[in-house]
Amino acid sequence: MTNQVLRGGRRRSGGAAGPLFVAPFMVLFVLLFLAPLGYAAYISLFQEKLIGGTAFVGLDNYVTAVKDPLLREGVLRVATFFVIQVPVMLVLALLFALALDSGLLRLARVIRLGIFVPYAVPSVVATLMWGYLYGPDFGPFAQLSEKLDLPVWHFLSDGWMLGSLANIVTWEFVGYNMIILYAALRTIPEDLYEAAALDGAGAWRIAWSVKLPALRPALLLTLLFSVIGSFQLFNEPKLLQSIAPDVIDSSYTANLYAYTLAFTGQQVNYAAAVSFLLGLVIVIVSYAVLLTANRRRTS
Amino acid sequence: MTTSVAPASTPPSAPTTGRTRTARDNRRRPSSVRRRSTPLTIVMLAALAYFLLPLFWLLVATTKSTQDLINTFGLWFSRTPQLLTNIRQTLTHDDGIFLHWLLNTVLYAVGSALGAALLAAAAGYGFAKFRFRGNNAAFNLVLGAIMVPTTALAIPTYLLFAKVELVNTPWAIVLPSLVSPFGLYLMRIYAQDAVPDSLLEAARMDGAGELRIFFRIALRLLAPGLVTVVLFTLVATWNNYFLPLIMLNDPSLYPITVGLSSWASQAQNGGAGASSDMLALVVTGSLLSIIPLVIAFLLLQRYWQSGLATGGVKQ
Repeated sequence: MTNQVLRGGRRRSGGAAGPLFVAPFMVLFVLLFLAPLGYAAYISLFQEKLIGGTAFVGLDNYVTAVKDPLLREGVLRVATFFVIQVPVMLVLALLFALALDSGLLRLARVIRLGIFVPYAVPSVVATLMWGYLYGPDFGPFAQLSEKLDLPVWHFLSDGWMLGSLANIVTWEFVGYNMIILYAALRTIPEDLYEAAALDGAGAWRIAWSVKLPALRPALLLTLLFSVIGSFQLFNEPKLLQSIAPDVIDSSYTANLYAYTLAFTGQQVNYAAAVSFLLGLVIVIVSYAVLLTANRRRTS
Repeated sequence: MTTSVAPASTPPSAPTTGRTRTARDNRRRPSSVRRRSTPLTIVMLAALAYFLLPLFWLLVATTKSTQDLINTFGLWFSRTPQLLTNIRQTLTHDDGIFLHWLLNTVLYAVGSALGAALLAAAAGYGFAKFRFRGNNAAFNLVLGAIMVPTTALAIPTYLLFAKVELVNTPWAIVLPSLVSPFGLYLMRIYAQDAVPDSLLEAARMDGAGELRIFFRIALRLLAPGLVTVVLFTLVATWNNYFLPLIMLNDPSLYPITVGLSSWASQAQNGGAGASSDMLALVVTGSLLSIIPLVIAFLLLQRYWQSGLATGGVKQ
């Protein structure tokens, strides 16, 4: 990913001006990015003891975290969420982008902007809206079911909660991913289509053999953002917690668990270790995705 | 909603994509007029209905009293609409705290967005147009940071800010939003193509200083990329929930997201009695909070679309 970026462009050596332009960003980057990480890494090596205050315990917190069933459950849950929600979201975004790019649609502009609009809605508002829609008492779906004498669907029950959360996240981000893919499709030179059409390729064939390969970098980008988004899932479960407290406990997702530890449990040192481990999991999954994608390209 | 949109699909001014796209649009327009598919349009309209359904519900719900919200069908208007009453109540509840939250959100979001965009533009320009010691190492360090999830960073940032007593101040929200690794990545790619070296050379020949060249020439050429970074930082800060939730205790410092969620839990716990009107306030507040961003996106669409194209295509 980085090599190509760095190769392009001729650069001037303009004396000391380069570092000058870069310095403000880098100073803040060190203060607000590296320093918090360093500080958290440092305090994650300590533990509050009942007697004798804070004591250095080495990697004890990490050992506890790896064995912690609550954390393991939370990570497993967001991993399940990732495996189910992300493919659905990206396939929908891809299909919509291809449909928009095909030039076959009427009202294409309205459709494109309408699907994108949820991205501008804060996740707090999105979750509140869907929470009311899901509601078993006065949600419109429940009202309709009752009127038609159908069984009421329990969106907020234990079995369906993850699916209901996935629906909210999908609703929020399909449009965003669609726009990235659509923008990438628009940059494919027309000559490629003409050449393929001359070779007798139909619309589906062109989509599969010309458009999809050209979308690779954009798809990879959306996939990476989705890894990061899924594994740090917090806002939606945190807000649904108040209407379904029996289903969503304080360790429902890994991030919710870290939050609970830091702010209700006052176990700051342990929370730092959990945050770190979660970050590590995300980086590992991200690199696994990158590596898989790159291996496919070379083979 | 869509009538306020700028006319026609003018090709974006992004230099990386502008050329190919202009050529293609010209060739494409006649062929795309010829055939349209009704079945495909119907399928996509059905999809559109799904994305607009919650927003339609919100629009309907904003016209209802809390009683009607519970007792009437959710997806249609009740017989006693009271949109203006709801708006007035939302804006005046608790001495106008909602307006306060709105103002806070605007300040946090605009401050972060302008700051982040300017920092990213300067640094992206510096990385793209100058060769100096540690150039690549520093850039790669920042690039690696794109992978670090913001919420995994939020708790460490809170712990550090608590140490230096920055929590429960506006700085706790604005400072972490100023550093945008993805913004830097985007601006560096953008600067590479958008700012021609020959132009910089010519300006230097004329004796212009480096700062002057940046502010007078480069920044103007970087404008479309800059708007993209501004808009996406704006959205990220406007919609941010986790960071203000952990950083702020004082309700008068809350942004809209945290304020609304505190109202929502009051509505949830209150049930009947004093806070039984809260439900209508939460709903109305939700609608009011999304209007500014939706308008910003619709008005600035050609900028962010070209900016996203740059980020997604070049890797």
